[in-house]
Amino acid sequence: MAVNVLIKGGRIIDPSQSIDEISDLLVTDGIITEIKTSIDRPRNSEVFDAQGKIVCPGFIDLHCHLREPGEEYKETIETGTAAAAAGGFTTVCAMPNTVPAMDNQSVVEYVIKKAKETAQIRVLPIGSVTIGRKGKQLSEMSELAQLGVIGFSDDGDPVEDPNIMRQALSYSAGLNLPIINHCEVSALADGASMNEGWVSNRLGLKGMPNSAEEIMVARDLSLAELTGGHIHIAHASTMGTLNLIKAAKARGIRGTCEVTPHHLTLSETLVMGPTEDSFVPLSPDAYDTNAKVNPPLRNQSDVRSMVEGLRDGTIDVIATDHAPHNQVDKMTTFQDAAFGISVLETAFGSLMTLVDNGHIDINTLIKKLTADPAKFLGMDIGSLKKGSSADITVFDPCETWIVNSQTFLSKGKNTPIEGILLKGKIKATFFKGRKIY
Amino acid sequence: MTTNEPNTRNSIRHKHILDLDELNRSDIELIFENTDSMMEVLNRGIRKVPALRGKTIITLFYESSTRTRVSFEQAGKILSADVINVSSDGSSSKKGESLYNTALTLQAMKADAVVIRHQHSGAGYFLAQQMDSTSIINAGDGMHAHPTQSLLDLYTIKKHLGTISSKKVVIVGDLLYSRVARSNLWGLTTMGANIVLCGPKTLLPQDFLDSRLRETNHPFRDIQIEENIDTALEGADVVMTLRLQSERQKAGHLPSLREYSRRFGVTSERLKIAKPNAIIMHPGPMNEGIEIESDVAHGPQSVIESQVTTGVAIRMAVLYDLITGNHSEKES
Amino acid sequence: MSVKKIQTDVQMKRALTRISHEILERNSGAKNLILVGMHSRGVPLAFRIRKLISSYEGQTVDVGSLDIGLYRDDISEKPQATMKPTDISVDINERIVVLVDDVLYTGRSIRAAMDAIKDLGRPSQIQLAVLIDRGHRELPIRADYVGKNVPTSKEEDVKVKLAEVDGLDEVVISSPIT
Repeated sequence: MAVNVLIKGGRIIDPSQSIDEISDLLVTDGIITEIKTSIDRPRNSEVFDAQGKIVCPGFIDLHCHLREPGEEYKETIETGTAAAAAGGFTTVCAMPNTVPAMDNQSVVEYVIKKAKETAQIRVLPIGSVTIGRKGKQLSEMSELAQLGVIGFSDDGDPVEDPNIMRQALSYSAGLNLPIINHCEVSALADGASMNEGWVSNRLGLKGMPNSAEEIMVARDLSLAELTGGHIHIAHASTMGTLNLIKAAKARGIRGTCEVTPHHLTLSETLVMGPTEDSFVPLSPDAYDTNAKVNPPLRNQSDVRSMVEGLRDGTIDVIATDHAPHNQVDKMTTFQDAAFGISVLETAFGSLMTLVDNGHIDINTLIKKLTADPAKFLGMDIGSLKKGSSADITVFDPCETWIVNSQTFLSKGKNTPIEGILLKGKIKATFFKGRKIY
Repeated sequence: MTTNEPNTRNSIRHKHILDLDELNRSDIELIFENTDSMMEVLNRGIRKVPALRGKTIITLFYESSTRTRVSFEQAGKILSADVINVSSDGSSSKKGESLYNTALTLQAMKADAVVIRHQHSGAGYFLAQQMDSTSIINAGDGMHAHPTQSLLDLYTIKKHLGTISSKKVVIVGDLLYSRVARSNLWGLTTMGANIVLCGPKTLLPQDFLDSRLRETNHPFRDIQIEENIDTALEGADVVMTLRLQSERQKAGHLPSLREYSRRFGVTSERLKIAKPNAIIMHPGPMNEGIEIESDVAHGPQSVIESQVTTGVAIRMAVLYDLITGNHSEKES
Repeated sequence: MSVKKIQTDVQMKRALTRISHEILERNSGAKNLILVGMHSRGVPLAFRIRKLISSYEGQTVDVGSLDIGLYRDDISEKPQATMKPTDISVDINERIVVLVDDVLYTGRSIRAAMDAIKDLGRPSQIQLAVLIDRGHRELPIRADYVGKNVPTSKEEDVKVKLAEVDGLDEVVISSPIT
């Protein structure tokens, strides 16, 4: 079926070509064919009026959990990708901590097949670093690479053994794929359920110090230097992590990192419920399990340094770490509750607060969601160049909306920003020219 | 805040007692007044009043604690409430799921108050979120809080020293893991005590050692930290020792119990540094010979044993206030 | 709101004097008596009656104070009052207990007070002295000694003020303006 669309009158922002202008955009047969001030409507084409809106490449998420196979009660490839489309994403990378893990060809093939059948967007699998994500024996990385995995990760758990990490980096370097590590030293983090600091102290919860993340970041960067491999730090959350990455990049080490929307916008006080002031008495809304995420929401100064890292380029991409859970996983004490929040549908609205507050400009934000992750993947996506796949997101930067998890397409209703007013709303998502949201 | 403002209110402002951070000075004074009345009841020949007849109190204990549970049970029964004890051992880490189901069950039973002890911090807050018509009393949650024990400590100090304001209270030991100490920090701060924390740095929350504690609006900005117990005890009015669990040694917080005992154990020799009429407290159960010498624990300055009866009166006052009080509106 | 004074300080003094004499007359003297004031204004009234009695008889009568908070039957409907300690330091068994309160209204407080006394022992008699009886009884209770009977409507509010608590002696009745 030929898909022809004319998107008229929008402000087109495409960081891959440094375009920022009000123009029309023409899609023919699912391919972008023209961007021009005024394009006449060809026959057999639909028109989408984008006046007052911004038109940009579809977003790319390097890090999300689609839970299938094994935990379909939390999310499926179908619901997760529908949520992604609603959030403006046209490409998502699925983390391999499924049950069973994506550590062999058959599970990865299953995910690819399921995606083909049920997803309306591009799903790129990530293979696990080790068999069963147990950190003991490397997965058959080369075989997984042939199926098209975009990297390897045991996310959810770190690769604890430095020798295994060394071998993994070395082996994957030969495949020209990155190792994506969840950096957390278990001796410092076991039993902890939030950031260590005043809030964890007053709540009587065991906290994770920043050191638990930074020690492993330092280790991995050192091993990347040793092996010439590519280490990608998943969900960086502390100032110390960014300093390490900055220094490593300066020395030519292949170290990259991502940051989540929540680590850019939310701090640890959210665990106390909806309050900005961590000195006030606790309300019965305290111990909000929807604010339990790993790495934990950090303190204000770390949040500020994340924004700074986005500005100065230390942070390569924004990735959601969308980690949906069923309500029962969260309806419990804070200590027992599962780590993770549902992010895909709120990501862009949250990130727009950074633009609105003047912390970053809209072009940088879009670049970190499109051109930069595309560069990371080494794929010809995330761009509105003539001839590329018409993966396009249209959003209204001024429209406000209130987060209501009951309307989420994701099965995960676990958001820490329920009821919050956000500004910036996705109006349409096109994948290969087809309007899917 | 004025010290002697008369109590014009009839009950504390809250529907639940989850920690002392939410109680102000007049709330605490009000509970003390009611505790005085309850002490009188406890001294009668017939220890039974009809105040809570027809009310149901459920004690829900996920951690064993005979002392606290019996104290609440006795308090409820003297007030003529029906007290139902539910206990469950806390070995399973999946307790939380059943806690949710338990909350729904108790809600359906229309309990007037639920007294909960749980090994996880915040369990009482979780119950309070699930049960809108029931008062929740936190009888100890994880490392977080133990407000009725703390009210008992505050009442004891007031009875022995006349006032809490400006008294030097030295808390010695494992502050990192102590829920009693956490609640006491709020209660003692509200009542105007001068607090000195004494213990090895490994058993103090890290943020107490950070400069953040010195922020001008930090509730604990006036708390002092002193690693040398002999310095800490100078001029002390109250010495509160905390239980030191042997697990702390295994977790690497301490080289040995022996060294801890030598550095921080409260001995009769060290007690001489404190004021002559200083009182000794311990939330129990004690490790005599480790954090406190037996002679001190059972000596003339110890108020540890006298706290048992008072504990029942405090819990009567709290149950009476929460169940009969008008908590519909929150004053500021 | 209209406020009317229904008893002055002099009238109050006369009423208490008469009550004191009636108590002595009825019980053939002060022997075996114990005056129990009900919190909060019954307590100073009980002390005043004791002072009057000792001035006539040259004999000191025991006084106690009673808080009925734990015995009320309406705690579910109304917020409870702040409790004051009950302080009856003497044995009340086989004694004559004279309950003293400021205003007698529905009788429910007196019912609660009798329950409270019962838990403290078994007096030979319980009698009741009140400064004002405003009617509207909801229980079969009557006072043995009354300072003044005041017909009221339920909308009105009778307020006894005492020097010990309020800085002056008077009784006022306030009614909402209709």
